[in-house]
This record gives sequence, structure tokens and C-alpha cells, in this order.
Amino acid sequence: MIYKDIVIIGAGPAGLAAALSAYENGATDILILERENYLGGILNQCIHNGFGLHTFKEELTGPEYALRYIQKIEELKIEYRLNTMVIDISNTKKIIAINETDGVIIIQAKAVILAMGCRERPRGALNIPGFRPSGIYSAGTAQKYVNIDGYLPGRNIVILGSGDIGLIMARRLTLEGSHVKMVCEIMPYSGGLKRNIVQCLDDYEIPLKLSHTVTKIHGKERIEGVTIAKVDAAMKTISGTEEYVSCDTLLLSVGLIPENELSRKAGVKINPTTQGPFVSNSLETTIPGIFACGNVLHVHDLVDFVSEEAVLAAKYAIKHIKGIQKNEKSIPVYARDGIRYTVPSSIEVCEVMKMQLIRFRVSNVYENQYISVYFDFERVYHKLKRILTPGEMEQVILPKNWFDKYPAVSSINIAVEGE
Amino acid sequence: MEKRQVTCINCPLGCTLDVEIHSDDSISVTGFQCARGEDYAKKEVLNPTRTITSTVPVLNGDVPMVSVKTSGDIPKKSIKSCMLALKDVVVEAPIYIGDIIVEHICGTDINIVATKEVKKK
Amino acid sequence: MMYDTIIIGAGVIGTNIASELAKYKLKIAVIEKNTDVCEETSKANSGIVHSGYDAMPGTLKAKYNVLGNQMMADFCRKLSIPFRQNGSLVIAHDYNDISKLEALKAQGIMNGVPGLRILEKEEILRMEPELNKNVVCALYAPTGGIVDPFQLTIGPAELAVQNGVAFFLKTIVTNLIKTNHCFQVETNKGIFQTKTVINASGLFSDDINNWVSGHKHYIKPRKGEYCLFDKQVGSLVNSTIFQLPTVNGKGVLVTPTAEGNLMIGPNSLEEYDKEDTMTSAEGIRYVLEIAEKSINIVPTAFIITGFAGLRASEIGGDFVLGEAEDVPGFFNALGIDSPGLTAAPAIAKDMAKWVATSLNAKLNNNYISERLRIVRFDEESLEQKQRLFKEDHEYGRVVCRCELVTLAEIKDAIHRPLGATTIDGIKRRTRAGSGRCQGGFCSPRVLEILSQELKKDIREIAKFSEKSTFLVGLDKDLL
Repeated sequence: MIYKDIVIIGAGPAGLAAALSAYENGATDILILERENYLGGILNQCIHNGFGLHTFKEELTGPEYALRYIQKIEELKIEYRLNTMVIDISNTKKIIAINETDGVIIIQAKAVILAMGCRERPRGALNIPGFRPSGIYSAGTAQKYVNIDGYLPGRNIVILGSGDIGLIMARRLTLEGSHVKMVCEIMPYSGGLKRNIVQCLDDYEIPLKLSHTVTKIHGKERIEGVTIAKVDAAMKTISGTEEYVSCDTLLLSVGLIPENELSRKAGVKINPTTQGPFVSNSLETTIPGIFACGNVLHVHDLVDFVSEEAVLAAKYAIKHIKGIQKNEKSIPVYARDGIRYTVPSSIEVCEVMKMQLIRFRVSNVYENQYISVYFDFERVYHKLKRILTPGEMEQVILPKNWFDKYPAVSSINIAVEGE
Repeated sequence: MEKRQVTCINCPLGCTLDVEIHSDDSISVTGFQCARGEDYAKKEVLNPTRTITSTVPVLNGDVPMVSVKTSGDIPKKSIKSCMLALKDVVVEAPIYIGDIIVEHICGTDINIVATKEVKKK
Repeated sequence: MMYDTIIIGAGVIGTNIASELAKYKLKIAVIEKNTDVCEETSKANSGIVHSGYDAMPGTLKAKYNVLGNQMMADFCRKLSIPFRQNGSLVIAHDYNDISKLEALKAQGIMNGVPGLRILEKEEILRMEPELNKNVVCALYAPTGGIVDPFQLTIGPAELAVQNGVAFFLKTIVTNLIKTNHCFQVETNKGIFQTKTVINASGLFSDDINNWVSGHKHYIKPRKGEYCLFDKQVGSLVNSTIFQLPTVNGKGVLVTPTAEGNLMIGPNSLEEYDKEDTMTSAEGIRYVLEIAEKSINIVPTAFIITGFAGLRASEIGGDFVLGEAEDVPGFFNALGIDSPGLTAAPAIAKDMAKWVATSLNAKLNNNYISERLRIVRFDEESLEQKQRLFKEDHEYGRVVCRCELVTLAEIKDAIHRPLGATTIDGIKRRTRAGSGRCQGGFCSPRVLEILSQELKKDIREIAKFSEKSTFLVGLDKDLL
């Protein structure tokens, strides 16, 4: 049995930032466990630009962003083990991991930071009818083939899903010589950033078919084509709009799911909306001493926010180790009308320093609506937003003095309001 | 007078910019939230450029590919030839971030540089 | 070379017959048109070991169902095939249906099925709290079970190879001719000569029979579509939940699988195209709807995949087993639809006896009755995991994280007798790729392992058939 103060599961952007923050907050006994052969996680395959505008005030590619952290980790000689898969965590923070050099490793941690990231929704989960041929990939897996392994997954490609991953891959595959025929998106709007529509689709004249989905896969051995069709406002196929598109590859960018199998094993309570753990504002899960940050907590759009969240999680993990007593008062945060979820889902007032950040996503597209925050029935925040979409994470910042002004507050409610 | 709309790609905000090209070839831009937006719009209508990222195979490295980028913008119309120029490029480990993989790609003064480290196997 | 027996078809029936027949001193070959064994109906079914109340008394289905059921636990234990006797419940929502349940029970008793009981609502809901609250009574068959149909096919196949049976994969029988002294089995790889032929070729077994025998048979396939759910909801029900059978079959089941998933299906549709295993939107919608009659909530958010299989139903409605009257030496195992999986070990035993008798065969005293050790790392204790690691460090490299499958297991699956050469082959032998991410994480790694171990270009590694490859080239190859 090995004893460690802090064990961080995952060395992607969340894990790396958490490790550095732990060190900077005085921890000396840190161990990062990473299942890949390298540090940096998903950033290694995100070879495109767009990372670090907030954190480093410059635009970096994914690997460059990761390297900023990796270099510091190496310099500071923070301990990490690669090719190491965590296979169990108990609610007492006992971790079981395995790798090819050490075999089974058992670690008793004082604090655990969950930073395992997320996985992609597969074709099977959508149950697109047809045979089960080869040539169907989730966008991230295709990205791994192209960017890490150097292989092309196909020649003539249809992409389902216009979130950023789908758009980025449309450009990536085109640059490498494949022919991307179209990107289909079931919603009437794209889930990705406008800049990506321009530089990934418009630049290469790749059509974006909004309100369209793939209704059938053709081909028994290798995919030969797809049937696409228009959908109505209720996302039901409009009969008569079916169109056959020949292709040898289908890329699916149809949703990311936080990977919380280990969290569930530890007994951490999972929010069914986010599929990530419920956390307080100290990013602590329902199991004391187990913290969560990054995509495992909720799927982020910007890596900079992942790093911010990780820095905070580590800070509180150190506090936990130091045994700093906490005031038990915890105020639940509720996602009301139009709000899909909030992180955190509860606030411990004693942990609020100068202000409290609450991140959230809306459930629909809203134009010229207000984000309102209520302390019980008292509206304390009411801001007009020109546009709100589910694809972009939003935030509200509550100053500490509001908590002082309402010491007896028993619930914080966030909602979208018309006026 | 010609009117065009472009989406700025400089940052995730993606401001929609309205561009007017006047008869005397001068350009006025509205809708930007920072100075880079105005510059981008002008460039986009006159001589659009892009940064490109890609990968290059590495021999004897701890990973098979190194990610690369153009050290600055290249003309949009050069993208295809830039990729073709990279087609047969192979490098050898070790590679350090910022290493020049190809100098002056496609007759520009822009280099292809490594964006990650690849250690020797 | 003259074979004593050629078995056509390496599905669950063919491979089980092969491993039984290898108990005799015979030259045996199995001919299979696909790249691997277990590629047709055997890989796409409910995986249920039926107790036998459903089969009509006096039929071969009834006889071999009950025999197979009796053999199954022991058989699976000996061959390391995942099996669980979880019991079956046939539920009814209407008191008027009690007589139907009673009739099933009576039929079961006639067939020799033990332990059948009619249960009342209270007991049913205590056993299965997630059942639809409108259930009023049920027939409980404690000898019902669930089995891994892949291992039930692959295990005996490996054993057959260990005992000298030759397998010819990617070999399609194009004609069958009886001469005066033997059979000529014409294939795309040449002509085989054999004293006896066993026709276990599933969907096309009617063609093969009709080439030689005057007693014609006709396979009318019926398609069944299924939904597979995440292991997180794998214990939603404990027994296999049936609804009252109809003329089309046993109906839509809700069942745990031997691997711990939840499965719902199948429907039963006439299918004219013997190669059509496509799923359909209507089919999947139908099975999910019907399932609502069995369980309170169908956990659609946990669906990980769907698939379809074709039943090789003979129009006569029963198995066709044994030597063709008009063609001595030609043995049929034809029309093996449900309860074919359950019946497989029992059919194999009898078929081997018949063929061996017809050939006057002696027993093989050197018969190897144990499969090469098969490790399921995920199921081992921590101490055993550590011991395995000491034996082979590659047990420390996890390749499939959803199902916890290690590099050592995957390499073993490739190098075992009848080892995997494809992604689906690895999936069926090790479960790598059958988890919730459906290969999103592990398939690039498995592709590379297959390429290295088989010394094949990675572009040639396929999902199942030769044409179902993945990678088309290196980056920039197409520029």
C-alpha cells in the first residue's frame, strides 16, 4: 500500500492544472495517474489553434497549451505514472491502479481529484438503422487516428454533428486529402463557434445542413452511404425529404459524456443532467475529500475554464488535507426555467472569498432574455443577454457581500426570464 | 459601393463584421469589439489569410507524429500547395517545440514549426 | 485427401458437433464461408437457455431443448463459457390469460421441464420489483438461463482444433455431389472429398440439402432486432422476462445477459433476403414499446447499441436432424432456430453418435477435453490479478477500459486455436469493444495490436470480412 496526500486521476488539462495548483498551494506529496503513454490528455490530439486566450493571453494549439503545464510539472519533479489505469476507487479514497511495470498498485490518498475527462456518444446509442459496417467513427477517435497515429480513416466523409469537434475534423480531414461531403446538424443552429463555421466549413466549401440527421446507414461490410433527412421542430423526420449521400466514412460528433464509472464506484452522487458529480463551490463531491474538475465534472467549451476549475479544486483539496474545519451551512443552487444545470450545485458560504462564480448552460436558444438570480424569492441579479445558446457555457459572479446581506438565504435560484 | 459581411475568426467571440468597400477602394468596418477585428475584416476582403495546423511523421520518436503549425498567416489560396509541400516531409526525433520543420513554406516568409515535443524512443 | 466427415457451417451447431465428433478417431474438417466462426445467427440472438415449456411436445425442439438445458451448466463450466441460471418468468397482465400460462406449464411438464410454478402478483413483484405493476400472474421456470453465445460457439471450436479438426474459413460451398463412394464438396478453394457430410449451414442449409436430397426443405428466415443496454442497468431484472408467446414466437424479452448488460428484443419479421441483418427504426421502436409491458421504465438513455439476427426457420416448424433417408452419409442439422442455442450441446452429442456409428469409428483415447486456459482479468481477485501480472507483465496494460480487457488477453485471443484476426473476432473472444463506448477508446489500439501480432499492414485489418477495413492510408496519402 502506498500513501499519498493528493492523487490526481488523469493528466489532461484538468489534471495538470490541478497538480500545479496543488504544488503551489503547498502540497509536496502529489501523484498523477495517467492511462496514456504521455501527459496532456486530449490536448495532444487537438492540434488546432484556439487554446489559452484567457490563461496565457495568446492563442496556442492544444499541444502547446499542454506543454506549458508539462514543462512545469517536469521542472518541479511532480510525480506521475504513465500507462497506468485506475480500476477502482473506494469511498475511503483507496485507489487501485494497474500498469505494466508495477502491476497492481494500491494507494491510500488523503484527497483525490477526479480529472478523467469524457468519452463520446457512439452510433449504437443513437441506434441509427442499418448494418454494422466498418467506416463509422466518433469524431474524437478519428481525430486520434489522424493526429496521433498518422492514419486516414476514410476517403469520402459525411459528418453528423456540427459541434466544434465535428467542425474541426471537417477541416482536418479535408487538409489531409479526404473529401468531406457535408456536415449534418439535427438542430436548426450549429453547436460550434462561429469562427469554426468560417474556417472549417466556409473556407473549404463544405455544406452545413441544419435541421438534418442521418436516418439510415447503407453498406454491409464497409459503409457505402447514408440517408439523410430534414427534421421538424420536434426533431422528427419529415417524410419525403430523404436524400441518399454516398460515402465510405461517417463521423459522429453527437455528444460528450463525462466518464464517471470510477466516481460511481466510489459512491459519488452523480447529477443525471450533466452525468458528472454534484459538487459544492469547493468542487468537493458528496464524498469528503474527493474533488472533481474539468470535463469529468461537466463538458466545457474552453480549456481555459477547465484549468481555472482545476486550480480551484486543488486549492480545496489541500484545505481538506490540512483538516481545516468547515462550517456546515450549505446553500443549494437550483437550475430553474431555461437553465439546464449549474456547477456548483451547492455553495458553502464560508468558502466564498471575494466572490462566487457559478457556471451554467441554458436548455434552449434564447434571444434578448434575462439571466436572473434569486436568493430565495429576492431577485439579486438580472442581466439582459442578447443571445444565449446551449453550446456556450455561461457564468454569473455573485459578490461575497450579497451573502452577507442575506445571511439566512436557504436557496439560490437561477433562471431565464423574459423581463 | 460593395457591402460584405464577415465573421471574425480571431477569438471565440466571432463578431459579425459589416464591411463597406467604397468606390475609391477605401474600406470601412463596423461591428468589431476590438482593433484586431477591424484589421481582420480589411484583410479578409482584400487578401484573406489563415494559420494552418497539421502533422508530420517522426522517425525514432516516442510518438509517431509531431503536430505543426504555420508560424504566421499564409494566403488562403496557398493552403492546398502548403499541404502538398508537407506531403513528403519526415523528421527525426528529438523534436522541440518551435523547431522549424520547413522554412519559408510555398514561397512565403512563414515557416512550419513544431507545436509539441517528441522525445527519442 | 479423403475426410471422414465434413461439417458445413461453423456456427454454434457446427462447432459443437465438431468438438463432439473429435472424440472419435476421425478425419474431420469444418468449412465456413466467413472469416471467423460465429459470424451468422450464432452471434445475433437472445443468448437464452430456454427451460423448454414453450416447445410443442413430441417435437425434436422439445426433446433437445430439455436435454440441452440439463447439460448446459456443466458443459459451460467445463469450457469456461459464461452461463447463469437466472430463471424465466412468462408474465400475464390479464386474469383471462392464466389459462394460457397453465397450458404452457402443462406443456412444460409433458416435455420434462422441472420446477414450473404459477406465481401470484405479490411474489412476482418481490422477485422482480422493476416489473410493470400491471402484471397479475406469471409462469416461473427456474431452469431458464442465459449464456454467452459467442463463447458457446468459439469454445467448442477451439477444442475441436486442439483435437485435430481442420477449419477452412473463407471457404464457400458452391456445390455438393454424391458419387458412388463419397461426397464431393465443391468450394471456392477447391474440391473436398469426404465419406460423410454434416449440414449445419444455417440460413443456406436448405440449398445444401436440396442439392443432394429429394426430401426438400425450405428455410424461411425471420429477422429479430435487439437493443443492448449499459451494464449500469444490467440488473434491472434478474430473471429473463417473457410475455405470452404468440404464433410468431416467444416475443420480446427483457433480460440480463451473461456478460451483465440488459438486452431487449427480439421482434419477429419475415425476411426474404438471407443476408439482410439491418436494424430498422420501426423495429427498434417496436421492441422498446413492447418492453414497456414487461418493465416500468425502459432505460432508453442507457442504450449502447442495437443489432439484428436472422432465424433459420424451416417451414415445417421443427428441427431437421439426422441422416437423410435418401442420401446415406448426408446428415442434416437444419432449421435450427429457437431453441437452437440451448439445444446445441445435446444435438452435437447425438449427431456425433450417429455419424460415428455410420462410420464405425473408434473412440479417440487421446481426446483433450480441456480448453487452453482462458483468463478474464476483470473477474479475478486483486491477488490473482497480481499473480497474473507476475506471470506476464502484459496483464498490466489495460486496452479496453470499459470492459477492463488487458493486452495479454487480447494477444492470447489472437494466438489461441482459431484465434481472432478481426476487430469483431477480438470483441467476441475478449469483450474488448463491446462496452459503453463501443470501441471508441480501444479500437485504435486493438487495430495496432492485430496488425503487429498478425504481421499485417494495419490498412488490411478489418472489422469482420475482408472488405470491412478501417484505415485507408497514411496522412496526406490522398493529396
